[in-house]
Amino acid sequence: MTLESLLVVASALFGVGLYGALSQQVVVMVMMGLELMLNGVILAAAACWWFLAPDPTGQVLLLVVIAAMTVEMAMGFAVAIVLNRHAGTDMTDMAAELSR
Amino acid sequence: MLEAVVFWSLSTVAVAAGIAVFVVDSMARATYALAVSFVAVGLALLLVELDYVGLVTVLMMVMEMAVMAVYMIMFMGMNPALMPMSMVHGHRTAIVAGVGSFVLLAAGALLVPWPQRRSQPAPDATVALGDALMGSKMLVMMTVSPVMLATIIAGVTLASARTRYDRLGDDLDRRTPDDPQRGGVGR
Repeated sequence: MTLESLLVVASALFGVGLYGALSQQVVVMVMMGLELMLNGVILAAAACWWFLAPDPTGQVLLLVVIAAMTVEMAMGFAVAIVLNRHAGTDMTDMAAELSR
Repeated sequence: MLEAVVFWSLSTVAVAAGIAVFVVDSMARATYALAVSFVAVGLALLLVELDYVGLVTVLMMVMEMAVMAVYMIMFMGMNPALMPMSMVHGHRTAIVAGVGSFVLLAAGALLVPWPQRRSQPAPDATVALGDALMGSKMLVMMTVSPVMLATIIAGVTLASARTRYDRLGDDLDRRTPDDPQRGGVGR
């Protein structure tokens, strides 16, 4: 287990997540893609923490990433509920007005 | 040796489960696959002595995926496992972006001359984290806390079907609330 190997695995998770976030139509699946990207970020940050500078600052940064993930999930679900209530859909293509 | 075997096993599971999220037909299976991916990454964090962060990741993500499963049961109008259909758009662009980002990031990881570790880890990383959060890094937690509170309030506000403004008007000055069914004493 080296820094490079951990970062390569994290890159793979990020790439898969990016594919999902860009390609999926269902809002929840888009959120899953974002979660996978953040999963890769967590692994990469942990690798850098352990192999480069194992002081508490890196761990605090990891906690902030996890908190950001929680916020993303909670607000994503809330927006999806509003979308479902007002437009009766859970697909991004049918919520194009949100981009205007 | 054992550490390498465990690491590569967990890495394989994490990436394979991540790919499975977007390959399986059922969204319930996709949720389980994402949970497996997160658990594998959480366990991998234990290999670099991030005991607290690893366990928080596992516990939080298992609960989050449980919420997601309930959410899907609530809102999915049909079961894709019974009638599979393509629910993707911009497939080719997404594949190019995903593979391209992986190649770019992995190339960076392999080609960058990484510096040597600049300090030794604390004997107990969890204790060091606790000391930092209650000491020099307290501002971080003081910032995260109101963000979490704001998230709770915003989430409930957005998700509520009827709020006090629906019942009592925009200025909250309606004498009797506009409810679909009258309630309370004397109904």
